[in-house]
Amino acid sequence: MPDTTALKSTDAPAAAVDAPPVTDSGPAPGKPRSLWSDAWHDLRRNPLFLISMVLILLLVVMAIFPSLFTSASPRDADLAKHYLQHPNWGHFFAPDWLGYDGQGRSIYARLIYGARASIMVGVVVTIAVTVLGLIIGMIAGYFGGWIDTILSRVTDIFFGVPFIVGAMVILTSFEQRSVWVVILSLSFLGWTQIARVARGSVITIKQADYVVAAKALGASTTRILTRHILPNAIAPVIVVATIALGGYIAAEATLSFLGIGLAEPTVSWGIDVSAASAQLRNAPYVLIIPSVMVSITVLSFLMFGDAVRNALDPKMR
Amino acid sequence: MGRYVIRRLLQMIPVFFGTTLLIFLMVNVMGDPIAGLCGDRQCDPATAARLRSEFGLDKPVWQQYLTYMGNVFTGDFGTAFNGQKVTELMSTAFPITIRLTVVAIVFEVVIGITLGVVTGLRRGRPVDTTVLILTLVVIAIPTFVTGLLLQLLLGVKWGIIKPSVSADPTFDELLVPGLVLASVSLAYVTRLTRTSIAENARADYVRTAVAKGLPRRRVVVRHLLRNSLIPVVTFIGTDVGALMGGAIVTERIFNIHGVGYQLYQGILRQNSQTVVGFVTILVLVFLAANLIVDLLYAVLDPRIRYA
Repeated sequence: MPDTTALKSTDAPAAAVDAPPVTDSGPAPGKPRSLWSDAWHDLRRNPLFLISMVLILLLVVMAIFPSLFTSASPRDADLAKHYLQHPNWGHFFAPDWLGYDGQGRSIYARLIYGARASIMVGVVVTIAVTVLGLIIGMIAGYFGGWIDTILSRVTDIFFGVPFIVGAMVILTSFEQRSVWVVILSLSFLGWTQIARVARGSVITIKQADYVVAAKALGASTTRILTRHILPNAIAPVIVVATIALGGYIAAEATLSFLGIGLAEPTVSWGIDVSAASAQLRNAPYVLIIPSVMVSITVLSFLMFGDAVRNALDPKMR
Repeated sequence: MGRYVIRRLLQMIPVFFGTTLLIFLMVNVMGDPIAGLCGDRQCDPATAARLRSEFGLDKPVWQQYLTYMGNVFTGDFGTAFNGQKVTELMSTAFPITIRLTVVAIVFEVVIGITLGVVTGLRRGRPVDTTVLILTLVVIAIPTFVTGLLLQLLLGVKWGIIKPSVSADPTFDELLVPGLVLASVSLAYVTRLTRTSIAENARADYVRTAVAKGLPRRRVVVRHLLRNSLIPVVTFIGTDVGALMGGAIVTERIFNIHGVGYQLYQGILRQNSQTVVGFVTILVLVFLAANLIVDLLYAVLDPRIRYA
């Protein structure tokens, strides 16, 4: 294909405008940095980004190798230890460090093992929603006309369904509510925002000179969409997706709290909060500890998304 | 203006039918509407068949949907399977949830916009950074955590409020639940207002207003704020529907018998008429709120005209 060398450009128009002429640590001094290396340059210096990165890495390791953090099992119930100990701050990271819950299970072990469900739901739903939303949004934005009308109305329709209510309806129809069922229900309703953002972004980009040129040179539609439009339209989508990730983790916890998301024997912070809320008066710490964990997890992803947005969207500075 | 409203109303029709059809399919195809009818046991086949024909569940789904919609337009939302009219449930549930939503919106507008203006005008100062980090923290804490913690602290520990509200709650009983419901949106409103104010603060018309010698208060409220409100109003408008549907968590924590409670019960007992009926109304509220927001644009920015 003759058009590749002449037209291949990953620079978004926005980055080209404000790229500084002299760079101190860019990839090639003197050359304008691409949007991505510019963003990375910013991110490395952002304390919020670094803190959230460390927290997220820790949570991901916790989700994959929970046994690195505790030797206790989250499902070992010993009723003799029913609400046995209040948090025992002196005993760092021992199974009884944070006390025991109503069924005599180590709260600390459940805290560690609960990361897997949350991280999995957050990451997989975000990927599913991004892929689905990108496909629908790009097709609607690129082709326009009646295709756009139909796809936009379908997006409106899915957007109109109240999110938690819709997810609950889907979840109740499954007998076994595994992590994958929760992922399915959240992805089924969650793609609308990405589709709208992708559509808007594609509509502004499809008029760019490099797209017109690629078309004039006879590039196929698939090639234009994947090689020219996608790399330039994806920045706002990534921003929305990273911020939404935290929201999906919160949604999983909320559904599990309502008793309609994950179910035992899956270990989930939402289930633990739900179980503890019945004993609010007697053992508030059983409720507070997993609640704080959910909040910290969501906060890490939100901070991450916020930092990425500030780096990718020069207008916000 | 009139023509614009009519065009918008026409555009809403497919969305309304699409959304209600979607929820109808989700409830009726994915779930089993008579599953909850025989208590916790399975229905025996004969009873199941009789119930199916009694409720018209043996007909094709599209026919069921048409019958249902036909009934809805004559004001008949059907009977919840316990024999109560769905409209009866609605007439007790909606006033409560509307009160709760009003409290939440008032919090969003008063606290959210005030904080947004204060921080937007002091961008980069310590107040701004503090509020910005605080809003992130508030957004990160799921509603059920906020609700349970406030219930624990204010209700159980300090006894300032009653942990759960009465059957027909008044506005002051709903203050704390309203704040809980509003919390996440409140933080979003703050951030949106802040960004919008900070962007517009450098606009020419603000400089002109200052140069004219107008008092600072007037510049901020009449010139800057009015022009910065469009994105905020859009957000609050779409949030009305989200708040009413999302009240499910708040209502469960504070034992409020509103829309969220009925929906929760309906979904748990697979009570399809209740679920579809309530969601239909919520969709209508959502669409109406969006229309009102669009019309408000012209009030905020007279340059916007509707032909």
